[in-house]
Amino acid sequence: MDKTPQTEPRQSWTFSNSINSEIRRAADTGIYDIRGGGAKRRVPHFDDLLFLGASMSRYPLEGYREKCDTSVTLGTRFAKKPIELKIPVTIAGMSFGALSGHAKEALGRGATMAGTSTTTGDGGMTEEERGHSEKLVYQYLPSRYGMNPDDLRRADAIEIVVGQGAKPGGGGMLLGQKITERVAGMRDLPVGIDQRSACRHPDWTGPDDLEIKILEIREITNWEKPIYIKVGGARPYYDVALACKAGADVIVLDGMQGGTAATQDVFIEHVGQPTLACIRPAVQALQDLGLHREVQLVVSGGIRTGADVAKALALGADAVAIGTAALVALGDNDPKWESEYNKLGTTTGAYDDWHEGRDPAGITTQDVELMKRLDPVAAGRRLRNYLNVLTLECQTLARACGHNHVHNLEPEDLCALTMEAAAMAQVPLAGTNWYPGKPGF
Amino acid sequence: MTMTLDKTVLDMTATELREVNTTLQAAAKAQANAAYEIINPRGSHAMACGLDGPLSVTIKGSTGYYCAGMNKEATVTVEGSAGPGVAENMMSGVVTIEGDASQYAGATGHGGLLNIKGNASSRCGISMKGIDIVVHGNIGHMSAFMAQKGNLVVLGDAGDALGDSLYEARLFVRGNVKSLGADCIEKEMRPEHIAILKELLEKAGADAKPEEFKRYGSARKLYNFNIDHADEY
Repeated sequence: MDKTPQTEPRQSWTFSNSINSEIRRAADTGIYDIRGGGAKRRVPHFDDLLFLGASMSRYPLEGYREKCDTSVTLGTRFAKKPIELKIPVTIAGMSFGALSGHAKEALGRGATMAGTSTTTGDGGMTEEERGHSEKLVYQYLPSRYGMNPDDLRRADAIEIVVGQGAKPGGGGMLLGQKITERVAGMRDLPVGIDQRSACRHPDWTGPDDLEIKILEIREITNWEKPIYIKVGGARPYYDVALACKAGADVIVLDGMQGGTAATQDVFIEHVGQPTLACIRPAVQALQDLGLHREVQLVVSGGIRTGADVAKALALGADAVAIGTAALVALGDNDPKWESEYNKLGTTTGAYDDWHEGRDPAGITTQDVELMKRLDPVAAGRRLRNYLNVLTLECQTLARACGHNHVHNLEPEDLCALTMEAAAMAQVPLAGTNWYPGKPGF
Repeated sequence: MTMTLDKTVLDMTATELREVNTTLQAAAKAQANAAYEIINPRGSHAMACGLDGPLSVTIKGSTGYYCAGMNKEATVTVEGSAGPGVAENMMSGVVTIEGDASQYAGATGHGGLLNIKGNASSRCGISMKGIDIVVHGNIGHMSAFMAQKGNLVVLGDAGDALGDSLYEARLFVRGNVKSLGADCIEKEMRPEHIAILKELLEKAGADAKPEEFKRYGSARKLYNFNIDHADEY
């Protein structure tokens, strides 16, 4: 008997296997999915931009002979002691608690060897971190876990965290399995409970209050420390303008690809703007106030390569910060742990249950045995190497565009491959002199 | 600046905030237990903040935001009322407010005693981490929100949502509590609590008996996320 021809089974785009698996997970547990990392969805990014390079109208610089400076000074507006960095790449804030002590030490070692700064996170300042970080930025967060005036004074800069790109408007949650005796002690909480980080600061509301809070911090620290304000990529023009009004020396702007230790997936994927979309409005705000370069702009969220660094600088940033990439450089999501990732129901590159404390790479854990897997000295060297590569790549691109300092990169050095990227970066679509929204068209 | 045998007087009509704080911070660091008096504070913000050592400071008038912020060891007395965030993140020492205190009094404080002779506004003791706060009058809504450690003593009444999302801080209220926040419950007053309260009342010079108070603390139901408690949030 002839078989009736059938169309091949067709999967729904709307109800994909991935979506259906999440529906089943939600139905089984009744709890939203929590994970670490930043947005995984595809959004317009630096890959959608290209450098034009030098040609008839611009002279390139010789690759290995002509100097291309990479130094950055952060905190020149009000602080008596601005931070001098050798490279325009810093290490973003990540907490002890979310990360192991070894990981924090490795970040400090690597950053110091490369001539840049690292940053504390929620949970206070550890000796591993302070001891191994020549330049350490101390985060001032809503939770104020571990906050004290002594650490405030021994920091090199203070970063007031208003928000972060993974969750603008959201707080955090460090699950009980990572709240060991040491972590709990630093946070003044019982061992083993879920530790919540508030989404708002407890003692100020809005930029007018923040201005007074900054005054207090400056008075406590003798006006020495640069004060950073970190904001998530929500309304970058107004957020940056208000941060300037509040008295920031430096603004850290974190797009939605920026990572978190633990947040609801729905928050990470559906709140905030892509990093690429945030930079030009932020720079515009600084320019409108006459503060571009006087208040430095540090951009973070999805920085992976020297090309990303160079493109962020070309759009007007003074420096970038890396978090997820730094963890990968240390050894996060390394294929050598594939069999262990499989046991956890995941695979290399996709492991994001950092909040559960079972990280095979020994980075996002407080488990004593797992932590031992990360050698802080070797991992620090890996981070140093990676930071050096980012810098060399950024210099290569700057020289190709004819610049003797990476800060001389400019939007005119760029074109965009897509309409979306052209609109967000406000650089011409490749092959045209136009971008969506360009005045006069 | 004028000096007498027993104290140094700083007049804020003639002395900038920066100079006042620099002078006080240096005196605290000198560990000499000196006495300072600040006159004409005119509601200035961030007064006497970041003191790190034994020092006695009396402010003759009302202060703005963050007076005595992050205090360590010093004794600061405000002979007036205090603006928002008085003694925020205090580590040790004694801060006394003769009048009323605005929002967030003693926020995130780690230690020491904050003694408010009048009333305290909303969010008194928010996220407190070991400080002792005694309020002789009433406190506003959302006080002791997410309070982690330490003791909050209220001789008067408490506003809405007292102790919402409380951790291990102890709350003692003599008057009425308008409502309790999520996971905050009334608890038995045991002898050890009477002893703690007695000592705090004595330290604060409060005319009250420990037996007149009720104790509130965390039900600890929200310590680990449970979907069945989602309605609490």
